[in-house]
Amino acid sequence: MNVWIAIGVTAAACYLVKLTGLLVPAGVLERPLVQRLAALLPVALLAALTAQQTFGAGDALVLDARAAGLAAAAVALVLRAPFLVVVAAAVVVTAGVRALGG
Amino acid sequence: MKADSAVVRDALGVGVAVGLSGFAFGVTAAGAGLDVLQICALSLLVFTGASQFALVGALAAGGNPFTAAAGAFFLGTRNAFYGLRLSQLLAVRRVVRPLAAHWVIDETTAVALAQPTRRAARIGFTVTGLTLYVLWNLTTLLGALGAEAIGDTNAWGLDAAGPAVFLALLAPMLRTTTDRVVAGIAAVLGLGLLPVLPAGVPVLVAALAAPAVLWWQGRTAGKRKGAGR
Repeated sequence: MNVWIAIGVTAAACYLVKLTGLLVPAGVLERPLVQRLAALLPVALLAALTAQQTFGAGDALVLDARAAGLAAAAVALVLRAPFLVVVAAAVVVTAGVRALGG
Repeated sequence: MKADSAVVRDALGVGVAVGLSGFAFGVTAAGAGLDVLQICALSLLVFTGASQFALVGALAAGGNPFTAAAGAFFLGTRNAFYGLRLSQLLAVRRVVRPLAAHWVIDETTAVALAQPTRRAARIGFTVTGLTLYVLWNLTTLLGALGAEAIGDTNAWGLDAAGPAVFLALLAPMLRTTTDRVVAGIAAVLGLGLLPVLPAGVPVLVAALAAPAVLWWQGRTAGKRKGAGR
């Protein structure tokens, strides 16, 4: 039951947040500062998420095979590889490093 | 001018790659003790990957439903800012907005923002959203059903798919020095605060890097003007 409560609250809250962004009146967005902020916030959030999902384990910081996988993804990005190749590089290298005992 | 087919190809690339990673979510959620119906409900109704991962992680760690949902909600608040950008760019008609809203996530925003025209942005958003929604839900189901067969998903490197997706979305956004400074500060804040703040909160605090850098830039620009007088 607890799980269903969590699912219901999360689904409703996440949907409302998405809708709110789309419904904010256009006039609010004409200010240059708001536009610059709206462009920079996704940069900050994605950077923080990338770092956490690479080096985070619960509430601890760890350096493991995921870091090698992410490095491989970064190389693939620099080489302008397609999206699927970038993700595949990360997965394959991470699995490979783990198989080697890393 | 970018051809429609090129936009569709980009959108499919993102949609398929990320959509397939629903498999990792299905497996992770099953490992956290959720049943198949609960796991599929999450992908169908929440449909924002990071929040879904955060929720099952918190439930597995024994968090109560409301704190678990709060973490997922904090992660989802970034979608509001994506919506701010998209409502201008796509100029979605009022009646369609409640439907379009469900697809306002990292990937659809990144693809739409990368397009040169409104038409291309709309195509990119729609194709990415549709492909991703269908595949994410199908692979979530497969992952939930196949979780026991596959064994340890981390051994397969599936836990690296998430950060790789985020990095691939982030890379094209890093055009100016300001972008890079914000990304750097946010990454450091996100990691530094991870051990000390509850799940989901460090990411929100890290987002403050954006207004902080803008404020600092405004201040130094003002000083320079004053010095030149």
